[in-house]
Amino acid sequence: MADTRAGAASGGPARVAGWLQRHLPKIVVAPSVIAALVFFYGFIIWTAYISLTGSRMLPDYELIGFQNYQDIWRLSRWNTAVWNLAIFGVLFIGVSMLVGCVLAVLLDQRIRAEGALRTIYLYPMAISYIVTGTAWRWLMDPEIGIEAAVRNLGWESFTFDWITNRDMAIYTIVIAAVWQASGFVMAMVLAALRGVDQEIIKAAWLDGASLPQIYRRIIIPSIRPVFLGAFVILMHLAIKTFDLIMAMTSGGPGTATSLPATFMYDMAFQRDRLDLAATSAVMMLVTVTAIIVPYLYSEIRAGRRD
Amino acid sequence: MTELSIHGGANTASARLGRLAIYGALAIFAAFYLMPLAVMVMTSLKDLDDIRTNSLLALPERLTTFAWSHAWNEACIGTECTGLAPYFVNSLVMAIPAVAISTFLGALNGYALTKWRFRGANLIFGLLLFGSFIPFQVVILPMAQTLGFMGLSSSVAGLVLVHTAYGINFTTLFFRNYYVSLPDDLVRAATIDGAGFFTVFWRIVLPLSPSIIVVTVIWQFTQIWNDFLFGASFTSGGSQPVTVALNNLVNTTTGVKMYNVDMAAALIAAAPTLLVYVVAGRYFIRGLTAGAVKG
Repeated sequence: MADTRAGAASGGPARVAGWLQRHLPKIVVAPSVIAALVFFYGFIIWTAYISLTGSRMLPDYELIGFQNYQDIWRLSRWNTAVWNLAIFGVLFIGVSMLVGCVLAVLLDQRIRAEGALRTIYLYPMAISYIVTGTAWRWLMDPEIGIEAAVRNLGWESFTFDWITNRDMAIYTIVIAAVWQASGFVMAMVLAALRGVDQEIIKAAWLDGASLPQIYRRIIIPSIRPVFLGAFVILMHLAIKTFDLIMAMTSGGPGTATSLPATFMYDMAFQRDRLDLAATSAVMMLVTVTAIIVPYLYSEIRAGRRD
Repeated sequence: MTELSIHGGANTASARLGRLAIYGALAIFAAFYLMPLAVMVMTSLKDLDDIRTNSLLALPERLTTFAWSHAWNEACIGTECTGLAPYFVNSLVMAIPAVAISTFLGALNGYALTKWRFRGANLIFGLLLFGSFIPFQVVILPMAQTLGFMGLSSSVAGLVLVHTAYGINFTTLFFRNYYVSLPDDLVRAATIDGAGFFTVFWRIVLPLSPSIIVVTVIWQFTQIWNDFLFGASFTSGGSQPVTVALNNLVNTTTGVKMYNVDMAAALIAAAPTLLVYVVAGRYFIRGLTAGAVKG
C-alpha cells in the first residue's frame, strides 16, 4: 500500500535502496514464514512420512505403506487410549461448559466482589498442569488425601480411592481438568454476556418477558459464537492433554488413564517405536484438523461479512 | 454489566433469599477452586508426622519451613540432590530470551502484515493461524532429530529455539489482530513525509502498542514457563526446565515420600506465573480470550 519510489529514478545504489525499501515488509516477514514452513509444515510431512515406514529406535526411510495405521488398532493400549479420550473429552467439555456458564451467569447478577471471585475462578489457568496435577494427585490419594480427611472426621467407612481404581481413575483426571479449565469458559461467557445489547434486553423486560425467557430468547442466541469458540478450544485442550496425566497418574494404574498423547510419548521415548509414535501423532493431527479447519473457515468468513 | 438481575429492584423476602442463594453458590465454587492451593500451602508448611496422622486437609499442628528449603536446594531429582534451584534458573534462562525474541518478531510481523499489505499476506496469516492449533506431538520427533543435528540436544539453548519457533505464530496473531484496528492513515501520513518501514515501526506503531506488548509477553511467559511436553521430550538431567524437574521429584519412588516437599516444590514452580497472574491478571485474561476467540 505505501510504496516508496524515491530510489527508482536515480539508478545505482539508490535503486537498490529503493528496492529494499519496497520489499522490506516481505524481507522482515520472511524468516518467520520460513520457520513456520519448516517447523510446522515440513515437520508434519516428516512425521507423516515416518508413519509410513517401519522405523524403530531410529528413522528408517523405507516406505511400507499404511501398515502402521492397521497395526495400531490391534494394540489394546491404543484402543484404551482412544476410548479414554472419548470418555474424558465428553465429560471434560460438557462439565467445563456447564460450570463455566453457571459461574458466568451467577457473576453477571451485579455481584459485589466480582473482581475477586473472577480472579479465584480463573487462577488455575495460569498454573502449570504439572503443579496442579501434583496437588490433585495427593488430594486423591486415599492414604493422605480426601478419603483420610473424611475418615478422620469419624466416617470410618468413607472410600474415595478412584485414582488407584482402574475403572474410576479417568474420572479423577476429569475432575482436575474441569477445575483447571472451567474458569476459562466463565471468562469467555462473561465477556460475551457483557457484550449483549442492553437496549434489547431492557425493551424485552418492559414488554413483560421473564428472566428465563430473556436468557433463552435473547442472551443465549446472541452469545452462541462464544459457546462454539469455547467448545473448540476445550476439544483442542482435551486432545492435547498430556501434562496432567503425567503428573497425576503417569497413565496408570496400568493403562487406565492413558490417552493418545501419552501413548505417543511412550512409543517415542520409552519403547523405541518411532513408527507408531508418528502414526498416533498423525491421527491426533487429523482429528484436530477435522475440528479446527471448518471452525476457522466459518470464523474467517464471518469476519469478512462484518 | 447486565442491567437486570434476579432481584429486579424489588426488595421482597424471596428476592433477598435469591441473592443469598447466588452468593452462597459463588462462595461454594470459590472454596472448590481455592481448596487445592490452600492444601498445597498448608502441606508445604507441615512436617511429615503431621501429614501422616492428620491427612492433607487438616490445619497444620506446627509450622515449619523445612519443606521449602529442602525443595529449593536439597531434594533429589533423579540422582542429583540439588533441589529445584538450578532447574528454576534453567526455566528463567529459557523463558526470558524466548519471550523477548518471539514478542519482538511477532510485533514486526503483525505490523508488516497489516500496514504494508502485500500479495500473500492472507495466505501467511492462514498458515500461522492453523499452526497455532496443531498438536505438538506431530512435530516432536523431527524436532528431536533437528536439535540433535544442530548439536542442541538436551540444552537450554535448544529449548529457547523451540519455544521461539512455536511461539511466533501466536505473537504474530496477537499483534496482527491489534494492528488491524489501528488506522492506516497514521502510517500513510508518515510515509508521505518520507518515513520508511522501520521509522514508522519505532516512532509511530510501537509507542501505540504497550498494552498488546504486555498481553503478549504475559501469554508467552505463561505458556513457556508452564510447558512440559517440549521440556520432557528434548532435555534430560541438568538442562531440564522446572516443570520437568518437579514431575521427576514427585514421581521419585525411592525413599520416604515427602509430600510436604512435593507441595513446596510445586508452589516454587508455580510462583512466577502465579505472581504474574496476580499482578497483571487483566492482561492475562485479555490474552486468553483474544487468543482463543479469534485464534
